[in-house]
Amino acid sequence: MSDAPELSRREFARWMWRQLTSMRTALMLLLLLALVAIPGSVLPQASVDARAVEAYRLDHPELAPWLERLGLFHTYTSVWFSAVYLLLMVSLVGCIVPRTITYAKAYAARPPKAPANFSRMPASAVREVDVDDPAAVVARVRAALGRARIDVVERDGVIELSAESGHLREFGNLVFHLAVVGVLVGVAVGSLFGYRGAAVVTEGDDFSNVLTQYDDFASGALFDRDALPPFALHVGAVDARFQLTGPQRGAPRMFSARGTWSAGTSAEREQLFDIRVNHPLKIGRTSVYLIGQGYAPVFKVTDARGDVVFDDAVPFLPSDGTYTSSGVVKVPDARPQGLGFQGFFLPTAISTGKAEAPISAFPAAANPFVGLFVFRGDLGLDAGRPQSVFMLDKGRMKQVQSKDGAPFRVSLSPGQVADLPGGGSIQFVEVRQFARLQISSAPLAWLPLGAMILGVAGLVLSLLIRPRRTWVRVSRTVIEVAALDRVPRSGRDLDDHVQRLLEEM
Amino acid sequence: MTSEAYAQAFVVAATVLLAIAFVAHVAEWALSRGVDEESDSAAIAAGIGRSVTMLAWLVLLTGVVTRGFAAGRVPWGNMYEFGCAAVVLMLTAYFLLMRRWGRAIDWTGAAVTGIGTVVLGASTLVYVPPGPLVPALHSYWLVIHVFAAMLAGAAFVFGAIASAAYLVKARWPERFPRLPSAERLDEIAFKVNAFAFPIWTFAALIAGPIWAQYAWGRYWGWDPKEVWAFITWVVYAGYLHARATAGWKGRAAAILCLVGFATFLFNFVGVNLFVGGLHSYAK
Repeated sequence: MSDAPELSRREFARWMWRQLTSMRTALMLLLLLALVAIPGSVLPQASVDARAVEAYRLDHPELAPWLERLGLFHTYTSVWFSAVYLLLMVSLVGCIVPRTITYAKAYAARPPKAPANFSRMPASAVREVDVDDPAAVVARVRAALGRARIDVVERDGVIELSAESGHLREFGNLVFHLAVVGVLVGVAVGSLFGYRGAAVVTEGDDFSNVLTQYDDFASGALFDRDALPPFALHVGAVDARFQLTGPQRGAPRMFSARGTWSAGTSAEREQLFDIRVNHPLKIGRTSVYLIGQGYAPVFKVTDARGDVVFDDAVPFLPSDGTYTSSGVVKVPDARPQGLGFQGFFLPTAISTGKAEAPISAFPAAANPFVGLFVFRGDLGLDAGRPQSVFMLDKGRMKQVQSKDGAPFRVSLSPGQVADLPGGGSIQFVEVRQFARLQISSAPLAWLPLGAMILGVAGLVLSLLIRPRRTWVRVSRTVIEVAALDRVPRSGRDLDDHVQRLLEEM
Repeated sequence: MTSEAYAQAFVVAATVLLAIAFVAHVAEWALSRGVDEESDSAAIAAGIGRSVTMLAWLVLLTGVVTRGFAAGRVPWGNMYEFGCAAVVLMLTAYFLLMRRWGRAIDWTGAAVTGIGTVVLGASTLVYVPPGPLVPALHSYWLVIHVFAAMLAGAAFVFGAIASAAYLVKARWPERFPRLPSAERLDEIAFKVNAFAFPIWTFAALIAGPIWAQYAWGRYWGWDPKEVWAFITWVVYAGYLHARATAGWKGRAAAILCLVGFATFLFNFVGVNLFVGGLHSYAK
């Protein structure tokens, strides 16, 4: 008696399992998966473009916190998206494993015996003829049926033939579904053990593959951050070419970053590289991609005491197709107070009017120009808080003003120097270019690819092949043919098949 | 005239021809309404429609090839070119299917020419002169990936037409004698979708990721175009399952086929023009 609730619970579990692994549930889950994938294409995603998410938050201060709570900025790692695809996976495995076992058992099975009454089959035909040699007729049928699995039984002068074709349909079907599981396993392994980071490297600068050299870095939960493969790059030249004429003037045509690289920590033999879009550099299992480029004006800053306190290239981030770029220069070593500059860089500046600020007319550096505002005070770099290199923390800084009280503005072309109110100067020395490199490794990337290719092959088999059972009974006076399609197709097709066999005989 | 101007003129001429073919096919339907046996005048209209469509196909093919020479690359590097080349493929599929299935497919003339006219007309709205491509597209995967996507799309069109006709025929079996039986329509839809689905799988889930790995450093990144390609794939996978599921056969499956096609269209039009992302090659 005490077993009763236990049993019903087990029955309930079994019922649940059967529901979950039913085709109907799988179908609902598939459609649900399509539905829950939509928000990620409409809303900005943190994993794709973190800055777009930030901008969205600023534009929609009311809505954004709710979307955040629902995980809509991380759609594809959100609880509900994961729930749907995990359920789908369980349903898939729960469906495919029993079917694989059934298939394996049925692999060597013989075709089912001929039914007593052929006319009950979807397609059948009878022809009364005098048959001299039933065995010869059956041999012709055998040839006509091709690669089907065939059994022949003879009893009292009556020969019965049973044939079954199209086993590969279920085989292909199983391969396809197992391949889908393989793809997901491959993707999961790749993201758990992989990493991806990006770094801005200016012409003439080096990059070595350690965590501190990255501007942003993301790795899978099982990736060992101390195990980054050791290598170093020296970026010699960044080349960007743009369309000079015609309606597509200014459109990018070619980007490349050239230089040398060496593997290992010691000074091993250096090798040349030329990274272009679509042509990454491969270093073992790691790949280096060129995902962006821009300009890094070189500044030389002298403080009020006349000491050179800054002399370096500063990457400015492009914000549009003409490479109108923005950036900051941080000079914490200036005395008596730290100096900060914030402004824009234009590769090809043209002025649109006296009062207007110049704009960029073309993405290549034909007429470089920088415009900067100046700030003095504590840059906050010693506070120990991490700071973006592209932002100025102006909390404890004061904007420098010119004599008329308006914000002091520095406008420079290459080679020009501007003296700062209160002493010191800034020189725009020259323009260099920077490459934004992505360095990533996704182990086992061949698995999802291989599984997917195998899956398509299986898919084609499962869609192309249609299993069919055929029976023929031949006696001295009558020939009977019947056929059954295990996957419905047009009735006419089946009738044709039966007629064709009769003709053959 | 430059080769660019020729290419453009061919496309405009093909659009006009397809529109004329569409009118002829509409006349064919108007003349054969309610008549079991096709009337002579309907047959003449159908003949005109098919001949003009053939001419439109030739002119458009010439236009697309000329455009390819003008740009010095495969003529499917932006939205305008994709639209034109996809219509060439759709019309090619139309003629091939007619040779194979004859009466079971030639009733699609009105729909095919109508869709073709609209796609070509809409493509002209996003016209860009031929020119070299942005660096990300400098790859032979452009040839493979985009061609496969267009081919699958051209076949999906016929699946959608047949499924829409199936819904009509299943609801009113007696009307529209010009249409094949509901059973046959279901079969036609399945056959073309079964052809298109593996190609779509290849385009979206094999060729796409391989190229994305080279160009962007990751094989899958949930870019809006990728998301919608995935959604299309999932919906068509659902369609194939629905055809084998009790309670989903027939009507529900046909609706899924139409939904799948709608997601494909949205990916081409909506994502290109309104959503953006890495696949922004519309202009």
